[in-house]
Amino acid sequence: MTRLVAIVVGVLLATALRAADVEPPFDDPGLNQRYWGLIREIRCPLCMNESIADSKADVAADLRREVHRLLAEGKSDEEVKDFMSSRYGDFILYRPRVAPVTYALWAGPFVLLVVGSLVFWRIVRNRRDQPLGEDEPG
Amino acid sequence: MWRYAIPLVVLAVIAALFYRGLELNPSYVPSALIGKPMPEFVLPTVADSETTLGSRDIAGKVALLNVWGTWCIECRHEHGFLLQLAKSGMPIYGLNLRDERPAALGWLATLGNPYVASASDVDGTVAVDWGVTAAPETFLIGRDGKILFKHISPLTAEVWRRDFVPLIKAQCGASEPGCPQLAAVRAP
Amino acid sequence: MIPEIGQFALILALCLALVQTALPLAGAAAGRAEWMALARPAAAGQFVFVALAFGILEYAFLNDDFSVLFVAQHSNSALPVFYKFTAAWGGHEGSMLFWITVLAIWTLAVAAGSRSQPDEFSSRVLGVLGIVSSGIIAFALFTSNPFIRLASPPADGNDLNPLLQDPGMIIHPPMLYVGYVGMAVPFAFAVAALLTGRLDKNWAKWTRPWTVAAWLFLTCGITLGSWWSYYELGWGGWWFWDPVENSSFMPWLVATALLHSLAVTERRGIFKNWTVLLAIAAFSLSLLGTFLTRSGVLVSVHAFAADPTRGLFILGLLGAFSGGPLLLYAFRASSLEAEGGFKLVSREAFLLANNILLVIAAGAVLFGTLYPLVIDALKLGKISVGTPWFDAMFLVPTLPLAALLGVGMHSIWKTTSGATLVQRLIWPAGIAVAFGVTLPLLAYGKVSPLTAIATVIALWVCAAALLDPIRWWVLRRGAPLTRAQLGMCLAHFGVGVFVLGATFVSAYNVETAVAARAGDRFQVGGYEIVFRGVKHVESANFTAEEGEFEVLKDGRLVTTLSSQQRVYRVQRTETTEAAIDSRLGRDVFIALSKPLGNDAWSVRAQVKPLIRFLWLGPLLMALGGLLAVSDRRYRTVARESAAASRTVPAAGTT
Repeated sequence: MTRLVAIVVGVLLATALRAADVEPPFDDPGLNQRYWGLIREIRCPLCMNESIADSKADVAADLRREVHRLLAEGKSDEEVKDFMSSRYGDFILYRPRVAPVTYALWAGPFVLLVVGSLVFWRIVRNRRDQPLGEDEPG
Repeated sequence: MWRYAIPLVVLAVIAALFYRGLELNPSYVPSALIGKPMPEFVLPTVADSETTLGSRDIAGKVALLNVWGTWCIECRHEHGFLLQLAKSGMPIYGLNLRDERPAALGWLATLGNPYVASASDVDGTVAVDWGVTAAPETFLIGRDGKILFKHISPLTAEVWRRDFVPLIKAQCGASEPGCPQLAAVRAP
Repeated sequence: MIPEIGQFALILALCLALVQTALPLAGAAAGRAEWMALARPAAAGQFVFVALAFGILEYAFLNDDFSVLFVAQHSNSALPVFYKFTAAWGGHEGSMLFWITVLAIWTLAVAAGSRSQPDEFSSRVLGVLGIVSSGIIAFALFTSNPFIRLASPPADGNDLNPLLQDPGMIIHPPMLYVGYVGMAVPFAFAVAALLTGRLDKNWAKWTRPWTVAAWLFLTCGITLGSWWSYYELGWGGWWFWDPVENSSFMPWLVATALLHSLAVTERRGIFKNWTVLLAIAAFSLSLLGTFLTRSGVLVSVHAFAADPTRGLFILGLLGAFSGGPLLLYAFRASSLEAEGGFKLVSREAFLLANNILLVIAAGAVLFGTLYPLVIDALKLGKISVGTPWFDAMFLVPTLPLAALLGVGMHSIWKTTSGATLVQRLIWPAGIAVAFGVTLPLLAYGKVSPLTAIATVIALWVCAAALLDPIRWWVLRRGAPLTRAQLGMCLAHFGVGVFVLGATFVSAYNVETAVAARAGDRFQVGGYEIVFRGVKHVESANFTAEEGEFEVLKDGRLVTTLSSQQRVYRVQRTETTEAAIDSRLGRDVFIALSKPLGNDAWSVRAQVKPLIRFLWLGPLLMALGGLLAVSDRRYRTVARESAAASRTVPAAGTT
């Protein structure tokens, strides 16, 4: 525990001198998990398809810091995402919002599954009535 | 019978989508703040850490907010044009991103200072509020304090004429309060 | 002088490809044997000139010929020789020449291996391959010529992208190219069958080995790509659902469906429409992938430099190579249908479900990849569709698929008794449910419903796949397994292994990021990491700061790891070389990131359980495929049936 405190203090000192790109881990493992989950879901607005967790860009570091700050202030995941999308647009969210523009997106695979089931049923129904034929060597 | 043509139809739709897609730019993301009031902020200025520059100071007139930094190579390409604009009467405010004061002052001294004042945003917090991704970026702010337009990459005369001037003209005639006394704006 | 020869060789290759196309196809339609006989020599000739062109490009690289623009852009005199060789496919133009070379090799193989097929058919196959070759060579010559010269060559080159300066570069792209270019072979077989108007069990027997071979390489290529990005990119991820990654994955999904569909066509002579469509779709998706990675239509870290002109050309090729066959299909499909019944519980039905679910999976991936483009084209804004959507939606067809897989493997043709299946499978099912729920709980103390379901399914697939081998080898019961059957069991076992790895690494991955100074210790996932400090390292074309870490568990030293933060001299890019300790059960992954000032460094550490399974699984799949295709049954039966088909006069049916 004292080691952790020492590291946290060390980081705070480092922050005083220069913008650190590493926020100290939260003491609460639940918060840590939410932090990593969120920074994986937020897109780096500048990069060629990377999350802010993986990007080395300055803006990614700034956004990670903001996520950290918001979580420390007790904001919910939705509030953090709203903070980001109100400034950078929905483009910044890797998990698309469920909104009229994305209804088709979220429904798509299920629709495909329904259509697939219908196709399956139709084919099996047809083939069920056909003669099985003689046995053949494998 | 017609169901055998379905794969062909699917291909045609995808091909049409791609054809259209070749004209689009997937990396270009327009600002989410257009039409919204500019984010409020108060920051110390680059020139003097005791003085502050904030959204209150910018409000009430048509102005530009230009994001810059000494580390930004592209910013040098637009600097000349910004000086021209400033000279011709357009108020330009600077948001100095992730810089240290001495370096920023030196840069302005060497290359010229087009800004009415520059705010010093050392850790980028205000930049995040403005939805800034990198430098250079230039925001056009209206008389009512709302953001009218954002341009990413160096500002050029062509972009100015094509994107900024029509928006400024729509807001004002030549001699209304808060409007810049620009030839381009006064012209029909 | 020599690069000009390279360009000339490519032009000659184009001419030969055109000959390979026009005359055999015309000959097959008109029944002229002497034209059809030109197919093989033309293919051989094309190969010679393509190989010459590629050889000359490599020669230019290995001799530091910076007067060739492509070499100047992607090489450097300080670049190690090994990477000068692999740099040939490190950029768009060279990789297109590589594409062409791989296609020429496949064509040559098909030419050599098709002697048992009737000329009317094999000349059409080679003719179709010739069309593809012609199109791609023309694309290279007119828009992406690797032999363009500079009037005043630079003193030194621009260096190869540092991310590509890695041993993975020698195997990942080649394997991938062999795989998805290889999809052109079943494609050619399918189109040739549509042209001939005859698609029978012999056709399926001829097509199947080629499909398995291409599929095998594609499996390895994708797996290598995942493994490579894991250790090279420095953030511990293994799949990002990036458009370029999806471009290689979609053909794989469809090719897997094709493999299975061919089994049904070969056995019962049905599902012909499915098989033909899947063969056309697999190659079309390969071309679609080529389009996406080179046109700039979608954003990706893996994409080559975007160029809309090239994009337009490839779009044209896609339209022609997909649209043509699909048009032909629309006209011919109804005449392909054949009689052949089967009941609801039968191998055919399971394979039908397999086809459908895999196609849905590929469709879902395509949908998610293209959706942002659709929204942008409709002027509805800019959105992103990323990992959270793909991870969730991909499970919709694939979890049911994996569950059905276990049962389907044990079903028999035409009709299977449900009671027999239950009786056989009750033990594997029971084991799967018991261990699937308790193992994660015991190991980690918590398990979410989804994790439990996925683990049960993974173990179920593994157990069901091992059932027959265990019965035969251990219990000495049942019929002996042929090599092909063993291959199938191994491949399906690999699927289970993969699902297990994916489930555990997604659910139980632990990571942390700290600012550490020399001597600092921190905890991650049950391990203690001691940061020993950083030292400076100089190498041929980069300098690095190397951090040393000790990994301890319960106080005892497990291993020492070094991670580097590199700066490449020429391009001034920074890369992170992560330090990984791999065991079968977990990886410990440490990456040294940025210096934070005051002697502190940003360090990221992760413990990733069962991550090796992610790559072991597909490797087993590929091995299974290799086993199956090496079964002489394949080739003997094909030869017998070919002899039989040749005694029937090759009626000049269109």
